[in-house]
Amino acid sequence: MPSVPGPTCRHTAPPRTPQCCRPRRQSLPSGSPDEELTIPSGTETQAHPAPSDAGTPLAVELQGITKRFAGVVANKDIDLLVRHGTIHAIVGENGAGKSTLMKTLYGVQQPDEGTISINGQKVVMKSPTEAIKLGIGMVFQHFMLADNLTVLENVVLGAEKMYGIGDAARAKVRAISDEYGLDIEPDDLVEDLGVGARQRVEILKVLYRGAKILILDEPTAVLVPQEVTELFDNLRGLKAEGLTVIFISHKLDEVLSVADDITVIRRGTTVAAVDPKTVNARQLAELMVGSALPSPQTEESTVTDKVLLTLDGITLSGGPGRRNVLDDVDLVVHAGEVVGIAGVEGNGQAEVVEVIMGMREPTSGTVTLQGTDITEWSVRQIREAGVGYIPEDRHRHGLLLESPLWENRILGHQTQAPNVKGALIDIAGARADTERIVKEFDVRTPSIDVTAGSLSGGNQQKLIVGREMSHAPMVLVAAHPTRGVDVGAQASIWDLIKDARRGGLGVLLISADLEELVGLSDTIWVILRGRLSGPFDPDVVTREELGSAMTGAAGSAGDKPTAHSEAGEVESR
Amino acid sequence: MKRVDTRRLALAAAAPLLAILVALALTTIILLASGDPVAAVWAQLFKVPLPRQIVAISNEAIVLYLSAVAVAIGFKMNLFNIGVDGQYRIASFAAAVFAGAHFLPGWLNIIVSILIAMATGALWAFIAGVLKVTRGVSEVISTIMLNYIATYLVAFLLQKAAVKVEGSNATSTAVLHDDSKVPNIDVSGLLGTPRQVYGLLVLAIIIGVAYWFVVNRTRFGFDLRATGASETAAVASGVRVKKMVATSMVLSGAAAGLVGMPLLFCQDYAYGDTVQSGLGFAGLAVALLGRNHPVGMAFAAVLWGYLDQLSNGLQIGAGVSDKLVLIIQGIIVLSVVVAYELVRRASLRIDQKRVGSAEVKSVNKVEAVAA
Repeated sequence: MPSVPGPTCRHTAPPRTPQCCRPRRQSLPSGSPDEELTIPSGTETQAHPAPSDAGTPLAVELQGITKRFAGVVANKDIDLLVRHGTIHAIVGENGAGKSTLMKTLYGVQQPDEGTISINGQKVVMKSPTEAIKLGIGMVFQHFMLADNLTVLENVVLGAEKMYGIGDAARAKVRAISDEYGLDIEPDDLVEDLGVGARQRVEILKVLYRGAKILILDEPTAVLVPQEVTELFDNLRGLKAEGLTVIFISHKLDEVLSVADDITVIRRGTTVAAVDPKTVNARQLAELMVGSALPSPQTEESTVTDKVLLTLDGITLSGGPGRRNVLDDVDLVVHAGEVVGIAGVEGNGQAEVVEVIMGMREPTSGTVTLQGTDITEWSVRQIREAGVGYIPEDRHRHGLLLESPLWENRILGHQTQAPNVKGALIDIAGARADTERIVKEFDVRTPSIDVTAGSLSGGNQQKLIVGREMSHAPMVLVAAHPTRGVDVGAQASIWDLIKDARRGGLGVLLISADLEELVGLSDTIWVILRGRLSGPFDPDVVTREELGSAMTGAAGSAGDKPTAHSEAGEVESR
Repeated sequence: MKRVDTRRLALAAAAPLLAILVALALTTIILLASGDPVAAVWAQLFKVPLPRQIVAISNEAIVLYLSAVAVAIGFKMNLFNIGVDGQYRIASFAAAVFAGAHFLPGWLNIIVSILIAMATGALWAFIAGVLKVTRGVSEVISTIMLNYIATYLVAFLLQKAAVKVEGSNATSTAVLHDDSKVPNIDVSGLLGTPRQVYGLLVLAIIIGVAYWFVVNRTRFGFDLRATGASETAAVASGVRVKKMVATSMVLSGAAAGLVGMPLLFCQDYAYGDTVQSGLGFAGLAVALLGRNHPVGMAFAAVLWGYLDQLSNGLQIGAGVSDKLVLIIQGIIVLSVVVAYELVRRASLRIDQKRVGSAEVKSVNKVEAVAA
């Protein structure tokens, strides 16, 4: 049974600012492109009185947008109505067509059918440059900043003609930062900034170019809860200044807490326009997925006292004069246990994985697998010894994107049956086993001869999970196993991990998704600047406590674990 | 599904053809611009080769093929072994000195000399490999430099090793005895020309098959291709990339060492200062055009030989410099790189479309079941 996607487990919506109290009707799911969405006028009660809706044209209006790619329909009859001066969320599973829609809105690609109106004017945008001219700005999920340049340099890059590159530009950056409360210092080096600040720089870049309509692609994916709150304050600030924000997400709690309107996309088409006040996260998730969600199940603990993997005093030097990337990390994974590591990205998670997998040699400390010191072993020896690996970045570390699926099934297990016979590749064996994985793990593909790069993220990940599980690992190192995969694939990957854990697998789960960590882990540690704090008991710890430990806020959050929960102690859940 | 695969195959064949057509078109423009007789030039270049030319084309192709394989081994790993040129020359020289000394009798002399050539080429390439692995020196730079060193080193050593020949200014190593010459293949019955095809055609075929087998069928070959396709993924899969870099440079160098062998054992029977140079660079072009494919490179090598041989008549037949062929070859290489990229994207799109329609189908199935 697929388990419930994270956000429905815990609903922690901050108080919403009461501002739009108007009836809204939820349209029926899809099918009828001409269906009219009634947008009743709302009453804006803010310091900056936005013009009343009645007379104001919609900031963005999409009608019947259809986009096909070589026979595949990515968007079909998309209708989107975004009111002026609001935060409008577009939600949908990964692969539902959100990014195609966004690219259409930003002029990266042109729709095959349908019309786009900006501020009541029908427009055709042939490039992002034209979109920018129309006042549309886009903040990408992956920041596009040059680390070795200052904020100012990054902001003026490509927009030198607007205010030059000197004091006029600096003044403008300061002015925008002050006006919207972005708290950005133009002469700071970007490499010194945290993730939240970098995102604000991206927003500032867009505002600098005169955007009045901002599109944010999954802006919270890289943020910890506290930073999300700050971001949302910023967004409300933008709205108060009369700007329009379109915000793409699949984190429903967040959407419900900040959005004024929500449009749901499923399988390439808009299925509903809903009022955040009339739905809860669960209903929204069901609209996204298109079917009722199963209830979360409580799981019996399967943790044993059999030690599988031990990290003992692992330290990784960051080079002379720099702090250690990993600092005295101790960790134990038992058979049947899922040990979660939470943390803001870049705090040493990747390095922990690299040390375990043998890709990096620790400066000091030992890694032990079932009593054997494997610190000095090569990646191949470690993998052969039974450590499965789901890499954080499947495109860079998990797959050969331009090779067929069956060759990808060999990858990482080049020395093991059924992939090889002696020094030769067993093509027939590998192909047959790839067929099995495709069937068993529900990898949606027409053939095992297509390239891995042409599969969707979820199917790629299922292939990787299937591959790793096929070699009966003793320990599974899973870094962000469900990042960028759709809800269906996510649920099945979670189930696989749970099943394997029941079978005695030890799992080290690194994730940025707190719901995933809390839902799967038996023990949670938090990593901050290369040091572990915890352990935390996932049954009692709150998001805020984890968030504080992740940011190092509230003094020594890590020193006061919320519950007894010695690592590995058998807990009943 | 079969149909789509045929289409992809057709696409792959279309790329080099397209590149050749583009090259012909651009060359025509060049000829028009310079006021040269377009028709006469193409008539000359598209003549059916004479029997003796066919033999010359084959012989040139044999050498170019060996060179292309050497380059392709590096290409499979994203290594640009520009140093095949230096590697084959220093290797030929070493083999010629050893073979010319006749320490060993007949075939044994030939085989050991060939092994010495491979070892020398491997060693020369290994220098670049070591520099890359330990010091991060780009193999492009180091192999170019090593080419210069090889050129002058060989010239220097040739003076010492040279055997004076009466009435000739040419410097050259000792000429092989008859029992150390590889017998050539007589094709007079087939083509009616006394010219002979290099006996070491056999070597080229063996190398081609070995290349195909190692790259496509062995674990080592998989690691090699994986490293070339994505170094990061290869590392995560347990490939030791540094070792692979050094190994593939050595293999590439060993193959490069063979380039001069047909010349040494089938034609010149000595290594002298008149030995053909530039074969390594031609090998780069052939490997690019043949897309590192064992059969593709064979076609490309033949095409190169064909153009070279027929260009000989350009000056007389059309009054145009035979250097024109170098322009054509250059344009072919440039356009083939572009054409392959277009084909790569096209086949990616085909894959995505197939995956897309499969997903739609399975979704429809699920919906049908649900309904």
